[in-house]
Amino acid sequence: MSAQDAFAAALLDPARPAPAGLTDPAGRPAGARFDVYRNNVAASLTAALETGFPVLRRLLGAEFFAAMAGVFLRAHPPRGRLLMTYGTAMPGFLEAFPPVAHLPYLPDVAQLELARRQAYHAADAAPLDAGALAALPPDRLTAARLRLAPALRLVRSDWPVAAIWHANTTPGAPPPGTGAQDALVTRPGYDPEVAALGPGEGAFVAALMAGAHLGAAHEAGAATPGFDLTQALGRLLAGGAITGIEEESA
Amino acid sequence: MSHKTMTTLAIAGAVAAAVSAHGTTAAQAQEKVKCYGVSLAGENDCAAGPGTTCAGTSTVDYQGNAWTLVPAGTCEEMDLPGDRMGSLEPLDRDLPEQG
Amino acid sequence: MLDRAPDPTATLPDAPGVGYKAQHYAAIGADPGAVRWLEIHAENYMGDGGRPIAQLRHLRDRFPISCHGVGLSIGGEAPLDRDHLARLRRLLDWLAPAAFSEHLAWSTHDGHFLNDLLPLPYTAATLARVAEHVDEVQQTLGRQMLLENPSTYLAFAESEMSEIDFLAGIAQRTGCGLLLDVNNVFVSATNQGWDPVAYIDAFPLDRVGEIHLGGHDAQADDHGAPLLIDSHGAPVVDPVWALYAHTIRRGGPRPTLIEWDTDVPDWPVLASEAARAARVLADAAAEKPG
Repeated sequence: MSAQDAFAAALLDPARPAPAGLTDPAGRPAGARFDVYRNNVAASLTAALETGFPVLRRLLGAEFFAAMAGVFLRAHPPRGRLLMTYGTAMPGFLEAFPPVAHLPYLPDVAQLELARRQAYHAADAAPLDAGALAALPPDRLTAARLRLAPALRLVRSDWPVAAIWHANTTPGAPPPGTGAQDALVTRPGYDPEVAALGPGEGAFVAALMAGAHLGAAHEAGAATPGFDLTQALGRLLAGGAITGIEEESA
Repeated sequence: MSHKTMTTLAIAGAVAAAVSAHGTTAAQAQEKVKCYGVSLAGENDCAAGPGTTCAGTSTVDYQGNAWTLVPAGTCEEMDLPGDRMGSLEPLDRDLPEQG
Repeated sequence: MLDRAPDPTATLPDAPGVGYKAQHYAAIGADPGAVRWLEIHAENYMGDGGRPIAQLRHLRDRFPISCHGVGLSIGGEAPLDRDHLARLRRLLDWLAPAAFSEHLAWSTHDGHFLNDLLPLPYTAATLARVAEHVDEVQQTLGRQMLLENPSTYLAFAESEMSEIDFLAGIAQRTGCGLLLDVNNVFVSATNQGWDPVAYIDAFPLDRVGEIHLGGHDAQADDHGAPLLIDSHGAPVVDPVWALYAHTIRRGGPRPTLIEWDTDVPDWPVLASEAARAARVLADAAAEKPG
């Protein structure tokens, strides 16, 4: 075991003693001085999770969230060096964390918070001039693929995930109703926006994201009664989510 | 008119309606560089934390009996089917025995 | 009459700068006060786009930028992370900052990022490893880097040399410059029982390309001895200002950064810290004979 192996192992496990050979100026064992490093690691990663998952924290309460973060950061220390991406393991962690087993919607809320963060840092892309879409003849339109903004994210949920998110971020937002909900994250300009999708809209966007032609995506959406293509396209246009049209050359 | 042609025309009509609605309502988003917005993620820095106290020196083992915290945020106000918040008995009943 | 924009690719001026925080974007644009340059943390601008990059694109046209890395883990036992170095290179190629600096510390282990600046024993073996890593960084980035002295909270029984000999040794072997964090000197000196003024007097000040100033917290160790924590969450204390003035009188003016990372105050508070640094620089210039 190298010196840094021992140091790192003791950093994350308070039950281990501080490694040998660490001292105060008088040559006595470092004691609480080693705890400074332990606290730096745990407190800074906890703070990063608090910033990254504000709705989870609000749902669970600050005290519970901080204690849970202490468990999470030891089970899943960051694998990358950018704190902006820390916490991708959170949805899976929540699914298996017994103290929140009675709150089965939490993993999807975590997924939505991750999606907003990814959207915030995604590459910029100029939205398509909507006129170009209307200018295509109907048969070419149906056969075309839409190029989508790198910031676009879709979170499909068995829970009213967008409504839960809004109820915990927007003053005066109504309490969430019941039932499954798909949430769309768009980034018109620089600020991500979260919208609850209408019937079939999640399937429609999922198909577009998978590279389906507009016709096939429409079919995927229309499989659900009440699908409104005008509304679905309007939402994508308003969110700056359509950046181009791709047509296969004949 | 075939089903396929009808669908094609329906799509074209929906696109035209969406584009026309977009054109009349969409004030082009100004570049909002100036609005700092809230940082959505933790940021890297080189500051040190709280010193000798707190987070790093205590952990709670949720697999033993030490974990006594219960969620105490707005989840108590969310009333969702299948969400068993507010009643801890079902929680005890449903969870596998901890070893 | 002279209305030319400053050349953003110039070296950092011997004047105050501040650590850039997004919440100060508008205030800096309206009135930067004594602030003549900005420092950013490299890792926060390694996303693909969005507001952080857009703000930086605007700021670099107005201010020289110092790019301060906090994630390279130059003191790590493992080889440097090539992917991270490549990301850094892309950022620097685009940003063309006036300076790039990193820490004498390690922060990753076994593929995990521990998000803290962890300490190193000052031995010949550590020196050789850190020097190799600094070489690799400078070669990959195609530029000189500055290496920063750390705040430390404990000592290694195995250390064979002083921190200054260690840093001077790295600089001599690699040709890198040094970033002198005067608050770190004060924090480490208090925690290690050194004389901070003697530390400055022995430091190779001719190698220093940038100075940092920041606030710290005061606690106590198990035996009641003072233990200072480099929190970057408070004003610079008077003894650190005095040590800074001593440094400038001895080594001459340097680009001087006010670092404030936690409990970040409103812009006027940060601007007044920068103004105080400007006064120290001006006073030292006025004292200078000839």
